[in-house]
Amino acid sequence: MDRSSAVIALVRRHGLIVAFLIFIVLVSANSPTFLTVGNFLDVIRQTSITGMIALGVTFVVITGRFDLSVGSMLTLLTVVVVDQHNAVGPGLALLFVLVGGMVLGAVNGLLIGFIGLNALIVTLAMLSFLQGLTLLYSGGANVNIADAQSWFALFGRGTVYNIPVPVLIFLASAAAASFLLRKTIFGRTVYAVGGNEVATRFSGINSRWTIFLAYVLSGLATAGAAIIMGSRVMGAQNTIGQGYELTVLAGVVLGGTSLIGGSGSIWRTVLGIIMLGFIQNGLLLLGYPYYVQWLVTWFVIIAAVWIDLGAKRGRLFA
Amino acid sequence: MTAMLGASRSSAHLPRVTNWLLRNHIWIFLAIAIALFSFASPFFLTLNNLGNVLTQAAFIGILAIGMTMVMINGEIDLSVGATLALANALAIGLQGVIGVWPAVFCGLLAGAGLGFLNGSIIVLSGMHSFVVTLGALIGIRGLVFVYTGENALMVEDFSYTEYADISWGPLSLTALIFLGLALFFQWILAWTRHGREAYSVGDNINAAFDAGINIKRHKIINFTICGALAAVAGILLSMRLGTAEPNAGKIWELWTIIAVVLGGTRLQGGFGNMWMTIGGVLTLAVLRNGLRLLNTPNYVELMVMGAFLILALLLDRFISLRMAK
Repeated sequence: MDRSSAVIALVRRHGLIVAFLIFIVLVSANSPTFLTVGNFLDVIRQTSITGMIALGVTFVVITGRFDLSVGSMLTLLTVVVVDQHNAVGPGLALLFVLVGGMVLGAVNGLLIGFIGLNALIVTLAMLSFLQGLTLLYSGGANVNIADAQSWFALFGRGTVYNIPVPVLIFLASAAAASFLLRKTIFGRTVYAVGGNEVATRFSGINSRWTIFLAYVLSGLATAGAAIIMGSRVMGAQNTIGQGYELTVLAGVVLGGTSLIGGSGSIWRTVLGIIMLGFIQNGLLLLGYPYYVQWLVTWFVIIAAVWIDLGAKRGRLFA
Repeated sequence: MTAMLGASRSSAHLPRVTNWLLRNHIWIFLAIAIALFSFASPFFLTLNNLGNVLTQAAFIGILAIGMTMVMINGEIDLSVGATLALANALAIGLQGVIGVWPAVFCGLLAGAGLGFLNGSIIVLSGMHSFVVTLGALIGIRGLVFVYTGENALMVEDFSYTEYADISWGPLSLTALIFLGLALFFQWILAWTRHGREAYSVGDNINAAFDAGINIKRHKIINFTICGALAAVAGILLSMRLGTAEPNAGKIWELWTIIAVVLGGTRLQGGFGNMWMTIGGVLTLAVLRNGLRLLNTPNYVELMVMGAFLILALLLDRFISLRMAK
């Protein structure tokens, strides 16, 4: 293989990364603050909440399903963690929220995995139901953490050797999720269910259980995000997580994980989420109005997924 | 319930109305909901309130008509809420510049154009419509914010808002347009070549291709219809409110999908019609209106909607399992 075709092959395989690097170079040339360690850590810190959720959602998407309930779930769990912090203290509040996230995920998993209902509709219904549950729980009032000195602030505001704690939580969770997906039997069955569910079932794999667990993981990851969110804000509004489900999906898709299921990976999701963060950060540093980033995101999603698909297919047009 | 399901197995002998009701069982739900609310609240079963329900239903309803066309194809359009907001903003923002009707026309054109763009990207790239329209949802909302400069626009000439007050008895212009469009598209689905092709594309795309249907053109037409109808809803909203708020129609795409699926149209494609969609839209509107008349807090409404949707899904599965026997 001569050099030029090697370059083409590289672009085909990792076109997304190449385009991303070009973007970083362009922004760096025009903004002195962009290419600094401080700014990079800021971007990753800002994306750690969406990123945490996206780790769990990746499992669900690889099984070929959706989880649109994560935004509402994030709201509910953040409200609960803040409120319970005041009621029973930070330790128990953390426990409640982690268990709560898994229970909510299990409800999704039960309806979708075991009863076999349509994932899109079930999680849409949960989106609405959990919004209601949040309002019922909080009575519509905003909640704040009374004790501003609580060690609970560590998760969202703390730093270790100048590295923000949420970044560490996000990266450690990503490593664990990646291990789970790549190196365990459960991980293999997640791909198998997304690739060909019927064949998986005939192979004697309990696909229902796999789907159930994927939703439990999605709930658990959302609980982790809620802890970071609650600790960062030290309070919670009743709409704090609205719209997160779509941002998360955008990041997952941008990374190249297919919504049809059967393919994708944790590092791709992390890359997609961080890229979304850098696009936002870069455009702001260049002085564009806030909402321009949404227009750019539109273009980037279409271009990235199209090129990815075209490279796999061997030609650009279907 | 068991008797009814038992009867469904010999549905060939049943009168046509029963048969139709079994296929469109959302109308049974609707009847039950109306009956319950009529007993529970003295204000529910009045001509005035029912007219209001129709008007409130009309916006999601018009979005749902386009969504049904797309969903019968086995596709989905998440960008309708954002498109509604853009048409809403253009119709109001351009009025001072180019006049009322040209502004309305621009709104419609923007909706149809964005639908055409979505459809073209989907068929040319082979990407899933969920991804393409998810991108469009984010981007078009960005367009709205950039255009409005993050402010709510307001009409200068308030005679524009009087169009919304036109009514025929209890039926407002908005409701009439919704019903008219729904009937028109039901006619298209049931009686025209485009309608027949819609079902065959959604049912088995390879067979449809082999049968010589121009699938790409067909899908682009349906996405254009969906975008144009979202713009119609946006313009009716602008007439009703007289203002264009950049967050208008946020997550309405989700309510639209809920309404269509509640009606019985399948996400997988190949199955559904406008009667089902009208039923689904009206059921959602009746639930919302009835619960508000009963003075229930907002959270009950959200929880009832969610629970009801899952219940309907369970029942639909149960009925189709029994019918398949």
